[in-house]
Amino acid sequence: ASRVVVASRNYADFASEATFEIKKCDLHRLEEGPSTTAVMTREEGLHYYKTMQTIRRMELKSDQLYKQKIIRGFCHLYDGQEACCVGLEVAIKPTDHVITAYRAHGFTYARGVPVREILAELTGRKGGCVKGKGGSMHMYTKNFYGGNGIVGAQVPLGAGIALACKYFGKNEVCFTLYGDGAANQGQIFETYNMAALWKLPCVFICENNRYGMGTSVERAAASTDYYKRGDFIPGLRVDGMDILCVREATKFAADYCRSGKGPILMELQTYRYHGHSMSDPGISYRTREEIQEVRSKSDPITLLKDRMVNSNLASIEELKEIDVAVRKEIEEAAQFATTDPEPPLEELGNHIYFNEPPFEVRGPNQWIRYKSVS
Amino acid sequence: QVTVRDALNQALDEELERDERVFLLGEEVAQYDGAYKISRGLWKKYGDKRVIDTPISEMGFTGIAVGAAMVGLRPVCEFMTFNFSMQAIDQVINSAAKTCYMSAGSIAVPIVFRGPNGASAGVAAQHSQCFAAWYGHCPGLKVVSPWSSEDAKGLLKASIRDDNPVVMLENELLYGVPFEMSEQAQSKDFVVPIGKAKIERQGTHVTLVSHSRPVGHCLEAAAVLAKEGVECEGGGVINLRTIRPMDIDTVEASVVKTNHLVTVEGGWPQFGVGAEICARIMEGSAFNYLDAPAVRVTGADVPMPYAKNLEDNCIPQVKDIIFAVKKTLNI
Repeated sequence: ASRVVVASRNYADFASEATFEIKKCDLHRLEEGPSTTAVMTREEGLHYYKTMQTIRRMELKSDQLYKQKIIRGFCHLYDGQEACCVGLEVAIKPTDHVITAYRAHGFTYARGVPVREILAELTGRKGGCVKGKGGSMHMYTKNFYGGNGIVGAQVPLGAGIALACKYFGKNEVCFTLYGDGAANQGQIFETYNMAALWKLPCVFICENNRYGMGTSVERAAASTDYYKRGDFIPGLRVDGMDILCVREATKFAADYCRSGKGPILMELQTYRYHGHSMSDPGISYRTREEIQEVRSKSDPITLLKDRMVNSNLASIEELKEIDVAVRKEIEEAAQFATTDPEPPLEELGNHIYFNEPPFEVRGPNQWIRYKSVS
Repeated sequence: QVTVRDALNQALDEELERDERVFLLGEEVAQYDGAYKISRGLWKKYGDKRVIDTPISEMGFTGIAVGAAMVGLRPVCEFMTFNFSMQAIDQVINSAAKTCYMSAGSIAVPIVFRGPNGASAGVAAQHSQCFAAWYGHCPGLKVVSPWSSEDAKGLLKASIRDDNPVVMLENELLYGVPFEMSEQAQSKDFVVPIGKAKIERQGTHVTLVSHSRPVGHCLEAAAVLAKEGVECEGGGVINLRTIRPMDIDTVEASVVKTNHLVTVEGGWPQFGVGAEICARIMEGSAFNYLDAPAVRVTGADVPMPYAKNLEDNCIPQVKDIIFAVKKTLNI
């Protein structure tokens, strides 16, 4: 019998943790900011890597399925921004709350929805996380409130969730995300005012990926210092391509909020490789060179990989094995998402109301009726 | 005898006491005691946590209220008038009404949006619009429109206890009007079921269907007509009480008996509540019992003018109802 050597190195050869220098955050109305060093254990690194890689491959698979017309309607992909949603999730508690806009697949996964349920929701099947009723922009799970289609509307909602956190007194925080495009919405400034006035435990997070659809930040905002736009709300500007930077900043912001000081604002500087949505090639308002430069110099997954390998936290082979495992998981999820049946027609009428006795809903003409159950 | 204002106040007081998740927010609801004094005394009794004065930021505070409801609080969100709800209508429709459906029933939004709706007196075009048709259009919402004190108290309590977003369209001119309140209606657990119309007065010659303040006008018209030998169903008609889900069955059953239908509302005619009633009567069993086409009495199809004589002619008056009834009865 011959023995096959699976790994060339023993786990005992790896470091258990390493310390990294991270970029200092620009501060607004804050005396001190997050630490400029971050400690990452081997386990943490492997977890961050796997999670980000899963989101990356899930989004690329969605791109494929969309081009095959198996996913329809709107599809806003998150590849490039993985460090934001994963860095956030690892810094907060499962009992904290998260709400974001429509570029939400990464958050949906990070908050605990399996890939197969996300893809099946995108393909409109009954096994989707909301039974095919919501689609790309309306996915929910415990302590995750979507997935919101109206630009900026999620921000007051997030402050409302924070109000409830304060009301119930359970020391939970709501992380309320919006993009650089949404940052110019009036309702966000109304929300800043009330959140500060009432000291709501709300962390406002602006994911600045430099473009609101096809409009660059310079063409949309008189002030592109999004971390300062909360005016009386303290803010910090964070390197959103570095997961450790995001993690440390989020911990800092969460602590600030939990201590009862009121809201705080984080701007995460990040980048999306895809266009605004699947109907946007993403090159009429920015150059291919720019996209390529970010990919080669600032890719969040590559950054993490290099750090881990260079600090002896993991080997290239080990990370490659994770890649293989991720690919497999995505393939299986895609298989499920393309073969699971569409929701039954009866589902059309359901969930109009909550906790309501069954009633009838009108279809396209007076003779077509659907039953509505809660 | 209890005024609509006091009935609403009682409802709020009782529900705030009954369930600590219930809270009230809106402009001037706390220290001012409410722009129309509906929340008088409540801030003194329940404090800052339960009765919250907001800045003038409808879109913002409505969104905040909806977000709070999504996590299990039970907000009562007051619009000083429903005209201002237009600034926040995205939050009412897209965030509140549709969320249960989009989330396949996993997120409930137990919120009440309330405030005065429709014409007042001399407040002109931007402060006089009726939103019954606008909100009644949307699946996922419940829309109620009280007339009497019993309606007001019972429907507000039912709305607060309902796990769904409810729009309650009150009427400023009714706030000061006293109505008889039965013993039963004064109990702390008295609720008026949402989705059920009330027959205010029986009759045999014509069915008058209305909601909110015009119910009173219908009753007056019915009294005049009764003297002339025309019995109108409903003592002012059938009081719809709920716009959505609409109790068309009660209307149908009445039309089958009377063979004549007149709808009365304060809002504009095009795409209004009356238009919906007429369409449904056409589609249902009652059509074959109509002896004449159904007729609508509505607000005039213009923005509300200021001058009193003009304004008076923009609102359905008792004489307009009587005229319409006589036309449909061909007398």
